[in-house]
Amino acid sequence: MIAQAGGEVVWSWEFAAEILPQLLVALRVTFQATVLGSALAITLGLVLAVLRRSDSRAVSLPVGGFIEFIRSTPLLVQLYFLFFVLPQFGLTLSGMTAGVLGLGVHYATYTSEVYRAGIEGVPKGQWEAATALNLSNRRTWTGVVLPQAIPKVVPALGNYVIAMFKETPLLAAITVIEMFGQADRIASRTFRNVEAFTLVGLLFLLLSYPCVLLLRRLEARLAPR
Amino acid sequence: MAEVLQFLPTLLLGVRVTVLVTVLGMIFSVVFALLGGLGRLSKRRPVRWLAGAYIEVFRGTSVLVQMFWLFYVFPRLFDIELSPLFAGVLALSMNVGAYGSEVVRGAILAVPKGQTEAAIACNFSPSQRLRRIVLPQAVVAMLPPFGNLMIELLKGTALVSLITLSDLTFMAQQVRALTGATLQIFTIVLVLYFVMSYAITLGVRFLERRVSVGRDVGRHMPQPIPEPVA
Repeated sequence: MIAQAGGEVVWSWEFAAEILPQLLVALRVTFQATVLGSALAITLGLVLAVLRRSDSRAVSLPVGGFIEFIRSTPLLVQLYFLFFVLPQFGLTLSGMTAGVLGLGVHYATYTSEVYRAGIEGVPKGQWEAATALNLSNRRTWTGVVLPQAIPKVVPALGNYVIAMFKETPLLAAITVIEMFGQADRIASRTFRNVEAFTLVGLLFLLLSYPCVLLLRRLEARLAPR
Repeated sequence: MAEVLQFLPTLLLGVRVTVLVTVLGMIFSVVFALLGGLGRLSKRRPVRWLAGAYIEVFRGTSVLVQMFWLFYVFPRLFDIELSPLFAGVLALSMNVGAYGSEVVRGAILAVPKGQTEAAIACNFSPSQRLRRIVLPQAVVAMLPPFGNLMIELLKGTALVSLITLSDLTFMAQQVRALTGATLQIFTIVLVLYFVMSYAITLGVRFLERRVSVGRDVGRHMPQPIPEPVA
């Protein structure tokens, strides 16, 4: 017990030690949401990026509109939409499913921009060579363009995975008890919020910062010399 | 359609709060971004270190956690009271300001060194150099990324509903609890947010045109009289 204000113990090490295990258990849910959300964002983002470049405007325009709309509106409202609106149509999602879906689709619109940059970075001659070799559209994408485009964008994708990790607390608003939701529960059960919220903040920093440093090194290594 | 319109007045009350939080957040996030960005470039090591710590801490944690911490924990530690509006705006603008700091830093570093050297040769004081030579040129490069950050800020304002501020998202939840018309409500709310984002995009585009006036050398357009910028 250290700092005191108004005679009340503000920070208790004992209490912090007592709740830490509970937070770490809930951290698993945070990781789950991050991993599943990232998997969705990374795959769906690629699909969106390729569709947006479609020759058919009937495909590229709606996909572009979808990306802009999702990117311009708050994730929290999108999560509410999935969680509260879909049950009206007979599709009830658990908080976790709605959360992973919301997180994944929201960030897919960001990763699609990352892929787009990567695809645009592939020299035009590569496309022309693929045409000259009479490669099908599919082979051009999977055999020529994407293998060159994707490795360059890995650090940028990594940054969005970290961003998603930091967005998982929003899932608490749709009943998922991840780390932040657990802290909130502890705070309202015990009327002690200092330890819970501070620990959550520290854990986020402790986990995300090393990843950020790692990605920066990777980025520096992949950067054109 | 009539059904949809009946919710609109209540939701628009929330829009007012959202706009207020966004506008205040924009002002303060620019201030934090300038402080953070310039601090990182300072000659003094403690200043650089402080700015770096601010940037990494706010970029390394979650906005929602920052907001809860400022609203619930901070007042307990220091025995003071923070209004939800103050805590919400402060958390959002410090968070966006941390990302903005890197934008400011990058844009300032991108201004050619010769500009600073020329300003020194012309006997400009350090603050004159910054205000009259470096910043006006850096602003051109800052605007597009700042536009994106401002949209992130607008989206972030939805979180203030979780610390009891009655913004658009909060109002949506209230109306939902009352009427249960979830599809209509959340569709209107998403559209309203989209309209606000679009307004920001248009505003930033307008500013981009203004600050680049007189800089488009080589473009075949009537050159307006250059105006001093910022």
